[in-house]
Amino acid sequence: MPFNLELENLRYGSDLIKRGFAKMQKGGVIMDVTNAEQAGIAEDAGAVAVMALERVPADIRAAGGVARMSDPKKIQEIMEAVTIPVMAKVRIGHIAEARALESMGVDMIDESEVLTPADPFFHIDKRNFTVPFVCGARNLGEAVRRVWEGSAMIRTKGEAGTGNVVEAVRHMRLVNRGIEELKYKDDATIYKIARKYAESYEKLLLKVKEFNGVPQEIDPHEPVFGNYTINDIVEGLYKELVEIKKLQRLPVVNFAAGGIATPADAALMMQLGADGVFVGSGIFKSPNPEEMARAIVEAVHNYDDPGVVAEVSKGLKGMYGQEVSELKEHLQDRGW
Amino acid sequence: MIGVLAIQGDVSEHYEAAKRASKEYGIDEEVRLVRRPKDMEGITRLIIPGGESTTISRIMVKNGLYDLIVDKASKNELAVMGTCAGSILMAKNILDDDRVKSLGLIDMDIRRNAFGRQKDSFEAYVEIEGIGKYHAVFIRAPLIERCHGDCRVLGKIEDRIIMVRQGRFMALVFHPELTDDLRIYREFFNL
Repeated sequence: MPFNLELENLRYGSDLIKRGFAKMQKGGVIMDVTNAEQAGIAEDAGAVAVMALERVPADIRAAGGVARMSDPKKIQEIMEAVTIPVMAKVRIGHIAEARALESMGVDMIDESEVLTPADPFFHIDKRNFTVPFVCGARNLGEAVRRVWEGSAMIRTKGEAGTGNVVEAVRHMRLVNRGIEELKYKDDATIYKIARKYAESYEKLLLKVKEFNGVPQEIDPHEPVFGNYTINDIVEGLYKELVEIKKLQRLPVVNFAAGGIATPADAALMMQLGADGVFVGSGIFKSPNPEEMARAIVEAVHNYDDPGVVAEVSKGLKGMYGQEVSELKEHLQDRGW
Repeated sequence: MIGVLAIQGDVSEHYEAAKRASKEYGIDEEVRLVRRPKDMEGITRLIIPGGESTTISRIMVKNGLYDLIVDKASKNELAVMGTCAGSILMAKNILDDDRVKSLGLIDMDIRRNAFGRQKDSFEAYVEIEGIGKYHAVFIRAPLIERCHGDCRVLGKIEDRIIMVRQGRFMALVFHPELTDDLRIYREFFNL
């Protein structure tokens, strides 16, 4: 920090600061970039932030093997190249990768299913970090768990690297419909939903009990995730759900991601209620990245103006798109 | 009518806060989102929210809002409040940065991301002239390094300038829309 602010009342990394950062991204496009040059192109096109990666999701998918956090040197180069925020991805549950990125001053961490998960049971307890996190979600249950764990931003998982928007649409619809459904539920029913959503955290303990040949019952006092008991978790999820019912939206910013390949795709996601969009492979896997980047920024701002969407789409060719049912692996199935 | 520049950033937070403040302070003006030039019709007060100044400036230059706002402001038909990214857009001079085209409404030099990256974002109590002690939220905030001409300092943190006023224009580097305290809006309505 360039200045020495020796104030007693200074607070860093609070929920307000983390969620506030995410709110500043609203109405914007966050673009995947793999080097300083691409980062510059993204910034010039009007991106609100960039996601620093070694490879875009389409290439990660093609390469196979284990996908890990990007080389910090690469991330550093990108951080030095632009003035807009820089985000980077860590593997699901990989606390050490997350701490490493936090120490580098990355502006937001994406705990992402695009990388190979590191923990088969748990996501990171993101409240323990001062850096804000974004996490993917396919439905309201995943979204609520991630928010309770301290995620400052949610995005649809979609199906990354495919150039096929159908899964992003599916996930946005599932989350939105889940939120709407809460309107018609009383507190007792919402509590039941919270109990159901909490089951995901019990996997480890139930497995251990099964292996030990003891009854698969969880004592209300035993820690289930970090120091949290199952009651703490249900209570926490219940509070989030009650707030979501009242707000009729997630309490954090909700972006679209995973398969957005054209300006019209981006406009569609905004029309479905996304607060903004992530474009992964869609820009730098297209034949004209500069034009595509600018066009998607324009389309997000003018999502309700079909004339502008048509105009910016003229002569633009999107990346090759893949049919989701023909994929060997669905990245969206990672995470729980 | 109060307008909230709705290009990018935390627009809905400002919209809600301005609506509440309008009611609370009895000015009872409507609040409207300003996305395109036609939305400026009848707007006498404009809020420029936080977000990414590079993105906001690029789009408003392109869609014509830039010229319209400069024109109305120069004819004294518009009071303007810029917060965080919005404050950058109000400066006559942005230091070490040619990526943002500012509206040039206030005689000040401003520096983007002056406190550092997101990890240096913070909340603190500050003293604001006409308000007193105020809970301010700074997110990748800029800093006003110099205020000259008719520009007047309204708030500082330690010896750094965080809020200024010049005639009917007000710029603050923090986020009044993220807390429940509406007094900054009261000051804005008094411009």
